Amino acid sequence: MKLTLWTYEGPPHVGAMRVATGMKGLHYVLHAPQGDTYADLLFTMIERRNHRPPVTYTTFQARDLGGDTANLFKDAARDAYNRFKPQAMIVGASCTAELIQDDPGGLAEALDLPCPVIPLDLPSYQRKENFGADETFHQIVRALAKPMPRTEEITCNILGATALGFRHRDDVAEVTKLLALMGIKVNVAAPLGSTPAEIARMGQAHFNVLLYPETGESAARYLERSCGQPWTKVVPIGVGATRDFLHEVAGITGLSPKVDESGLRLPWWSASVDSTYLTGKRVFIFGDATHVMAAARIAATEIGFEVVGMGCYNREFARPMRAAAKAYGLEALISDDYLDVEDAIAAAAPELILGTQQERHIGKRLGIPCAVISSPVHVQDFPARYSPQMGFEGANVIFDTWIHPLVMGLEEHLLTMFREDFEFHDEAGASHHGAKATARTEAPVETAEASGGDIFEQMTPEDAPQMAEAAVLEAVALHWLPEAERELKKIPFFVRGKAKRNTESYAADRGVVAISVETLYEAKAHYAR
Amino acid sequence: MSLDAPSRGCRETPVLKERGQREVFCGLTGIIWLHRKMQDAFFLVVGSRTCAHLLQAAAGVMIFAEPRFGTAILEEKDLAGLADANAELDREVARLLARRPDIKQLFLVGSCPSEVIKLDLARAAERLSGEHAPHVRVYNYSGSGIETTFTQGEDACLAAMVPTLAATDARELLVVGAMPDVVEDQCLSLLAQLGVGPVRMLPARRSADTPSVGANTVFALVQPFLGDTHAALTRRGATHLPAPFPFGEEGTTAWLWAVAQEFGVTRAHFEAVTAAPRARAQKAVAAHASTLNGKSVFFFPDSQLEIPLARFLARECGMVPVEVGTPYLHTGIVGPDLDLLPEGPVISEGQDVEKQLDRQHAAKPDLTVCGLGLANPLEAKGHTTKWAIELVFTPVHFYEQAGDLAGLFSRPLRRKALLSQEAAE
Repeated sequence: MKLTLWTYEGPPHVGAMRVATGMKGLHYVLHAPQGDTYADLLFTMIERRNHRPPVTYTTFQARDLGGDTANLFKDAARDAYNRFKPQAMIVGASCTAELIQDDPGGLAEALDLPCPVIPLDLPSYQRKENFGADETFHQIVRALAKPMPRTEEITCNILGATALGFRHRDDVAEVTKLLALMGIKVNVAAPLGSTPAEIARMGQAHFNVLLYPETGESAARYLERSCGQPWTKVVPIGVGATRDFLHEVAGITGLSPKVDESGLRLPWWSASVDSTYLTGKRVFIFGDATHVMAAARIAATEIGFEVVGMGCYNREFARPMRAAAKAYGLEALISDDYLDVEDAIAAAAPELILGTQQERHIGKRLGIPCAVISSPVHVQDFPARYSPQMGFEGANVIFDTWIHPLVMGLEEHLLTMFREDFEFHDEAGASHHGAKATARTEAPVETAEASGGDIFEQMTPEDAPQMAEAAVLEAVALHWLPEAERELKKIPFFVRGKAKRNTESYAADRGVVAISVETLYEAKAHYAR
Repeated sequence: MSLDAPSRGCRETPVLKERGQREVFCGLTGIIWLHRKMQDAFFLVVGSRTCAHLLQAAAGVMIFAEPRFGTAILEEKDLAGLADANAELDREVARLLARRPDIKQLFLVGSCPSEVIKLDLARAAERLSGEHAPHVRVYNYSGSGIETTFTQGEDACLAAMVPTLAATDARELLVVGAMPDVVEDQCLSLLAQLGVGPVRMLPARRSADTPSVGANTVFALVQPFLGDTHAALTRRGATHLPAPFPFGEEGTTAWLWAVAQEFGVTRAHFEAVTAAPRARAQKAVAAHASTLNGKSVFFFPDSQLEIPLARFLARECGMVPVEVGTPYLHTGIVGPDLDLLPEGPVISEGQDVEKQLDRQHAAKPDLTVCGLGLANPLEAKGHTTKWAIELVFTPVHFYEQAGDLAGLFSRPLRRKALLSQEAAE
């Protein structure tokens, strides 16, 4: 039993729904109690789908439990077939139905429906949403895709995109365009946008492109074994990864990886002088492993950030995640507890967070800007416009998306020049975000002697022992002298955290207990790049 | 005061009872508003990842502070041995209460899986109450989908509290049902002006204000879904005041008048107190009634608010209800509203969503009130919809909200008109 306040992933049957809802001509009969229909709104509201997910819920109640929930399932499955006439059906149980052990697969088989019926076994008390999607797609492919002669021209399948995926719709379109530049046609893209009939002819492709290992790797491995199709290991998110991907595809197909890059703008946008201010910005990255590992590479090598923390919530990918983090000298955070993530972010004090919708909330709480790079995401991260993450256009989109939450380059120079004057100060916020500028309240400058005197005058006898103790602690513990603290405040807020940390570690290394203005500037000189 | 019943109301209308797939939330959803209402309570669902996912989806994922609800997610090993599950639960509760010393009431909320494996949360609550008394009181109820639909979760929660309420012989009015604080304050102010009192609330905002109950307690419901709470209070000897629910000017007036009569308020004083807010409410509703007048409305079952809301829309806004679906029909509670709802609509209880969608499609109503899972698909087919959940999450009771309530229904129609204007150009 584990107390959970919020969860990155839903239960595995929601993963199965992501597959079913992404497809056409497939229907999912889910043995489930009333209430599990909440999952419909993930698709109709968050993703703004204009169709109900193709899911029939058996809706058993407490009074059915002693009686015949199995017949309830059979009726629901038969009615669903008659009403929707799907090309294929998947059947399974949600967490509660798993406990009553009605065996939806066996029951559906006994119905002898005139379409393939694929049973799903998704252990609700062990696994989560991504596993559910991956396993469901795997079982569908296993049931329907058979080895067959290759197409004459070079074709591939694109694997892994689902409903409710982060930018899956646009990634599939962008990767399709990218492959077309090499002269490769897409045989089937699945599950998103496919039908069971199309899945049945996946075997005729020459190879598979795996976009999302989280939701498509089992199918890719199965197709490799059963149909002899190799699959791509590089996920084309970012400029370098996209080029690597093209080379990988070239290796499989013998075609040239040289394609027209005239639409690619990230490298120049990053090289242009306004981007100088991005250099070394501290970034913390958290989400699903695939997006996080890709984002770290872009951050470090294509935008020039410093990656100060990274991790993922999907434990299945802990090993590659740890290896990736090690390359940046980091220990990966593998956790699905957002409070752990919040603590790690607060400790790393980044200037930018790249994360999921939960990290966006964490950023709001900590006052750190955030850009969203991974599921789970909310309604505002399903944009109306074309905005892939993959391929060259994806790289352009990523540059814009990550830079937007930050203070602009020129603005940052002004803030540095006029730091802490009446308009450019912490509370004013970034001007392009529409927050109302508030004039800084001018506090009277206290001198060290005066404030010390005041405190002791107001002190009551009861406070005295505690105060004395505090004074002793202060004498030995690292602390900032008032003047140094005022000087620290003149440093722009977005680098102040770093300046404070550097100064404190500089002081600690040298046994300095009271940090003065001199210590601050000595530390600055010491760390100057 | 015009409480003229129509020549024929809907009390005798035969009810279409349906059984099939239900497109509704389970009772756990009530935690979303109950934890805001009861400021020192924590709601601990003992359930699965699905329960946790439902709560965050229904709450719109609005975690800005650490919320006062969570899910103790059952794992494989908890299912294998129930003794271990109890030990695990005790450990999680101890850890939670240590971290949150502000918590005075803890609700262990049963779910579908905990009910199916027969995890005895009543005994767990007793055990934990003993362990953490007097600082924390531990209650339990079930919000499972196999037993409760959406708002029935609040009913189960309040009903679980009733047996533990202290006994009293005082003659008091108990107002039952969670309302947003702003509405509760208006309700209390109106009752104070009428001279009705003392007034207690269930649920109370803080555990220290938890009401007492006894044979001289008179209670009025402000939510129509409180059937079990009604029964539990009746068992404690309290007397129910049946009345239409305080939605709209007419409903609010009827509700207040039922209370006022019981407490000996004169007609003249009642008129003096209510005249101004009634006039305001009528004016506010009229602003929207022009949009709503003559339009047909179809309710999918959701919160059990459907009957009183249909009555409000029919009588104060001139709408024509075609079908009024409700998950459960407690005639003893919504009877006064059924009397006022003019004969005509199909009254349906329960749901077979596919059949109901067929009826809705055939009826082509001007406005369809439905859950979030159906709203966009119906909009895409050209229907105009109102999300039902907003009727539960928005302050809609009593006079000052009557206009807002009408506005919730008129806005989708006005929006559709605006957008079709653009499309026509």
